Amino acid sequence: MKKPPTLGSKTVRGLNPFGGEQAAQLVPHTRLAGPVPWVIAIMVALTVIAAAGGLAMSNVASNARAELAGGATVQIIEASASERNRQAAIAEQLLAEHPTVASVQRVSDEELNTLLEPWLGVGANNNEAVPVPALIDVRLREDITEGNLNTLRGLLASAAPAARIDAQSSWLGPIFSALSSLQWLAAALVILLGLTSAAAVWLAARTALGTNHDTIEVVHLLGGTDPQIARIFERSVGFDAILGGAVGLALGLVAILVLGGQFEQLGSGMIAGGGLGWVDWLLIALIPLAGVAVAVLTARLTVMGALRRML
Amino acid sequence: MTTDQNEGVTFDNVGLRYGTDREVLSDVSFTLFPGSFYFLTGASGAGKTSLLKLLYLAQRPSRGAIRMFGTDVITLPRDRLPAYRRRLGVVFQDFRLVPHLSAFDNIALPLRVSGVREADLHKPVTDMLEWVGLSHRAEAHPATLSGGEQQRVAIARAVIGRPDMLVADEPTGNVDPDMALKLLRLFEALNRLGTTVVVATHDVHLLKKVPASLIMRLDKGRLSDPTGALRYPPRRSAMQPGNGSLEPDT
Ligand SMILES: Nc1ncnc2c1ncn2[C@@H]1O[C@H](COP(=O)(O)OP(=O)(O)OP(=O)(O)O)[C@@H](O)[C@H]1O
Ligand SMILES: [Mg+2]
Repeated sequence: MKKPPTLGSKTVRGLNPFGGEQAAQLVPHTRLAGPVPWVIAIMVALTVIAAAGGLAMSNVASNARAELAGGATVQIIEASASERNRQAAIAEQLLAEHPTVASVQRVSDEELNTLLEPWLGVGANNNEAVPVPALIDVRLREDITEGNLNTLRGLLASAAPAARIDAQSSWLGPIFSALSSLQWLAAALVILLGLTSAAAVWLAARTALGTNHDTIEVVHLLGGTDPQIARIFERSVGFDAILGGAVGLALGLVAILVLGGQFEQLGSGMIAGGGLGWVDWLLIALIPLAGVAVAVLTARLTVMGALRRML
Repeated sequence: MTTDQNEGVTFDNVGLRYGTDREVLSDVSFTLFPGSFYFLTGASGAGKTSLLKLLYLAQRPSRGAIRMFGTDVITLPRDRLPAYRRRLGVVFQDFRLVPHLSAFDNIALPLRVSGVREADLHKPVTDMLEWVGLSHRAEAHPATLSGGEQQRVAIARAVIGRPDMLVADEPTGNVDPDMALKLLRLFEALNRLGTTVVVATHDVHLLKKVPASLIMRLDKGRLSDPTGALRYPPRRSAMQPGNGSLEPDT
């Protein structure tokens, strides 16, 4: 009788990792056909947009804060134009002489008209139908406090009784609080989307595990170790996640650039400073990477959990 | 009893129940002597597959003790079991071929799992395919193979790594008598190289084909061992062909 093959010499066997293409073959390549890459792509795109929005708002807020930190506005609220101009001129002079004041700038009538045009219509200010206060921009050498505002109030009280002084940042207080709510909202969205992505990946990993349960059991019974088997799924899910993450990042970036371009065109001083710095871009680039890490980790935990139920 | 590394398998008062049902195996005690050839027989439902599951470490018993290759495998931590499974070759009653792998890749699986390099596994797998008469179906997937062909792939996968113990559950159930005999000769050849062989079958004709074999008979989950030879195996010298084999009808 012919001697059975390979039985003559024992093949060298070890506990080497079972990796590479051969191991990957154990799980059928569903790849793009499956929903996982697309779910991850959508999640990453949404997360990137939410994160970019939050970061941009945070930049707007901090830029505006810095710009307004030393700024105050003096309004001369007086119906009579001549009286208004007189008090404005006195106030301007008094302020310019004060040591804490860095610069004083009367907002010219033309400028005021341009600013108010959208609300009051062309030439509305000329016929005095709507009295508009005179505005003086004051910039201090130091940050504005209630204390130094009161000093300036005292300075103007007798010479220009119609003057009212406010820190510029206080005007924007409601806007700042709205911005910070939006930032919290963006952060919450990022967290929720992250959790949803993790849940989606978890479900996908479980499904993959279910359909390949027999294969896993066979490899397990042939002496495959838990880490070996987990690695097969990590690879498969990791590949899907990288693909989904890349597509999602691309979609998110397109959305950010389009939105960014539109805000740029608004040209409003309010939106200026809402651009993203390199740290922001780095954080955004980390999102798909975090997605891949979550996907791989979830796959690993799921597979290991299922294997632990086998002897 | 020997104490060497290749020490056989000992069951001591092993009982197994699935869930809360009655025991499907009760008070099973025996020793598998290294290098011997065993047939496990019994009616359908007697518990043959259940006993083999304990042997190939797919199941823990509900009670009793099992030692394998000199180690108590019941208290062994989970992560040490793969090393023991790699010393076994298993032919499952339902084959359990990986459906999306070719016959070649199915047979290569145990070698790949234990880290054999690709360059080193082509020849053994090809030879094995030739030996079970499936060279022309190397690239075929299990679904396109006949029942007997699948069985031969399953057997090739079980023996490719030259295991210390081969456990085969009805390995000839789907092949014609000629092929059955040929496969039995493969098991015998493996056995002569030192592999302990355990074949579960209810084909009584098969038992007579291996004169040196020992017969283990299960009846409703109990192992009949009237002479005590299974529990306390005779010395190796007494187990040569013609001696000490328990005839099924004694
Ligand atoms: N996973 C399981 N859960 C519950 N009961 C089981 C399970 N597997 C087997 N059984 C029961 O255990 C008993 C023994 O089954 P086993 O498969 O060991 O028999 P067998 O001797 O291999 O039969 P056959 O010759 O038909 O393959 C049977 O009554 C069966 O119904
Ligand atoms: Mg059975």
